Amino acid sequence: MQTVTTKSLCERAASLLGEGTVAAVLGWKRGEFDYDLTPAVFTAAEELTEGFIYNDFSGANLSKYLLKKTREIDGKILVFLKPCDTYSFNQLLSEHRFDREKVYAIGIPCSGMADIQKIRKIVGEGITAIEACENSLLVHTLYDDEPISVSCAEVLTERCLNCKSKKHVAYDELIGDEGEVLTSNRFDEVEKIEALSADERFAFWQNELSRCIRCNACRDACPACTCEKCVFDNPNSGVQSKAPGGEFEEKLFHIIRAYHVAGRCTDCGECSRVCPQNIPLHLLNRKFIKDMNETYGEYQAGEYDNQRAPLVNFSLDDPEPSDVVKGGFDRA
Amino acid sequence: MQDVKEFKPVIVAFCCNWCSYAGADLAGSNRLAYPADVKIIRVPCSCRVNPMFILRAFQRGADGVILCGCHPGDCHYSTGNYYTRRRMSMLFSMLDFLGIERDRTRVEWVSAAEGAKFAATMNEFVEKVTALGPNKRLEDLRCKQ
Repeated sequence: MQTVTTKSLCERAASLLGEGTVAAVLGWKRGEFDYDLTPAVFTAAEELTEGFIYNDFSGANLSKYLLKKTREIDGKILVFLKPCDTYSFNQLLSEHRFDREKVYAIGIPCSGMADIQKIRKIVGEGITAIEACENSLLVHTLYDDEPISVSCAEVLTERCLNCKSKKHVAYDELIGDEGEVLTSNRFDEVEKIEALSADERFAFWQNELSRCIRCNACRDACPACTCEKCVFDNPNSGVQSKAPGGEFEEKLFHIIRAYHVAGRCTDCGECSRVCPQNIPLHLLNRKFIKDMNETYGEYQAGEYDNQRAPLVNFSLDDPEPSDVVKGGFDRA
Repeated sequence: MQDVKEFKPVIVAFCCNWCSYAGADLAGSNRLAYPADVKIIRVPCSCRVNPMFILRAFQRGADGVILCGCHPGDCHYSTGNYYTRRRMSMLFSMLDFLGIERDRTRVEWVSAAEGAKFAATMNEFVEKVTALGPNKRLEDLRCKQ
């Protein structure tokens, strides 16, 4: 369960709307079910009380939506940012993707988001409603008379299990306490794959990537993927379609997708969260982050709003590509 | 009896206009032999090569891709090859992570005076790729002939 309530956020947003500080509020509202909250814009206090929700399923990173909304809406926009969202916010700011003056950012605490796939694994299908309790979720299903209690810690999303920071790196106002940067084990999974043989690694990724249906959700949700014209939308590129014959498309798409955000990816984990096929896409991003940290020095995208990313920078004594692959990755 | 066809790899070599392409030229005028399987694509600078070019070369049937540019410090545009070095380091490491044989990709710095190095590098690279056999892990069946 989250430490701040929907009601308190609603009240704060409504008062800022009322006094005219902001013209719109960017938050979350219920989708078709209790567990598929979607980003939404609210422009009146009544809309907020009716629709606004902040709970264990408010996983969507709202910073990306500022790009469009700051252009569409006159006046300031209030945006609620969880700690990991503030990194994306900073990163977009350093790329001059939106006007900071048009945004009123409120940092809100996050105790980790729940993964509906993990809940389904425990309670099965037919979920009708989910209520939040102290440290657990009460899941109502079609087939059980009594709600099933699931502990929050048990169903945390993968990205929240390896939370890198509870600290807000950018905000105008903070609700709750200032958090801290955590030491996470987020590269463990990458290291596990690195330790496999080349054939095993190939088989692992073949298995994962061949499930891709090219829905582009990972690209569309990613706060670092903000090109107005995407290389994958070009019908002449030869990479737009899902090929029935082989898996080249998926490999190309996912390598390039991860590559295009390398150095700018804040590791917010949105790609994996939105993937309908449960492909661990964040591992590709983390591999790039790990490689860059090891080769060019520690770097956390979005930590400050004026950093130079490793791939748009260089030093005269960088190692050669052959040495980078040999250093640490050389296996028979 | 049908002859077993000897495997001839297709190698794509991206060469920068100012150093490596001239190096290849020099190898030719010096009559240094290197395999005809190497297809040279001239680019204005090694940093013109987008990671997509490399993957696309594999898609269209390349068995190995080599990228040649000016030596670090000698770039015609001052700093282009420094960026190449970082980009390709990251890309090759990622390909390795996905289980694609790392001997299929390479970066080599060849100056305009190094015709001999160009020929030697190509001979060595073709030999390595031939040993690996046809590119199976990054092939696109739609592009097969």
